[in-house]
Amino acid sequence: MAEIAAHPPAHHADTHHQTSTGISNEKLAMWAFLGSECMLFGALISTYILYRHKAVSGPTPHSLYDIPFTSVSSFVLLMSSLSMALAVAAIQRGDQRRLRVWLSTTALLGSIFIGGQIYEFTSFIRRGMTIKTNVTSGAFFVLTGFHGVHVTLGIIMLLSLVSLSIRGKIPQSKAEIIEIAGLYWHFVDIVWIIIFTVVYLIP
Amino acid sequence: MTDHTTTEVTEESEEELAVEAALESRHGHPSDMTYVGIAFGLAVLTAIEVGLYYLKASTETALTLLVLMAIKFSIVVGFFMHLRFDSPVLRRLFVLGIVLAVTIYVIILLMFGILHF
Repeated sequence: MAEIAAHPPAHHADTHHQTSTGISNEKLAMWAFLGSECMLFGALISTYILYRHKAVSGPTPHSLYDIPFTSVSSFVLLMSSLSMALAVAAIQRGDQRRLRVWLSTTALLGSIFIGGQIYEFTSFIRRGMTIKTNVTSGAFFVLTGFHGVHVTLGIIMLLSLVSLSIRGKIPQSKAEIIEIAGLYWHFVDIVWIIIFTVVYLIP
Repeated sequence: MTDHTTTEVTEESEEELAVEAALESRHGHPSDMTYVGIAFGLAVLTAIEVGLYYLKASTETALTLLVLMAIKFSIVVGFFMHLRFDSPVLRRLFVLGIVLAVTIYVIILLMFGILHF
């Protein structure tokens, strides 16, 4: 009994342990979180669909979209999913150098996407469409803004992982940390896949 | 002393088990080149979507865009998020969440008269 008290199973948590589902609690928690995020973005996308033709004054997002520019942004975000998948594969093989290269590439591509979104927002505001112009613009800015905040948080998370990896705190045995971060990043990508089609491409 | 040695041995064996688990989790996953191929396919689908946008706007075009969106969504979730290779519990959890979200929001849009059947 004294031995158990002296050696609590604290280090079990950072390696792997048996659960009744056979899936680690951290991974299951991330999937449950992503399920709740589906509801959040579902509400924001529905609100945009609801208000897309309700503007009574001022320019609407559809009259200002720059589709070639947004297409390039979408391509950049899609490619960031590829680099994230390659980062997960690298740590599972124990390749720390490639892990850092792919995580940094993913963060860079995410930053390019965010830069594009800031440029787009600035351009819309200069042409007279702000969040307060009409209900359509309000729904548009809230939806795409929320997505942008998610991407930004993802970039901070990726850079933190690069820093941890440099300090040798992500060994191969903790590959699941990168896999879980990857789940979040890919989710942000699939939300954009929906936004790009429903908000930008379908008139 | 014995306790200390036992703890070290336990930690080492746990580390080995975790490395094995990491390698095991790669088992059945796509190779790096397969990921590149999948990304190329996604890029092609995006190019088709943008091409369709410049065609005449119609219900058929909108439906095609939605089908292409669903294909891209499934590819990212299935391959990049490993849902195809992971435990069926996760698949059920995610599919249930998606179906629930889509059903609720379609009902709301029907109530507001935005969607029509």
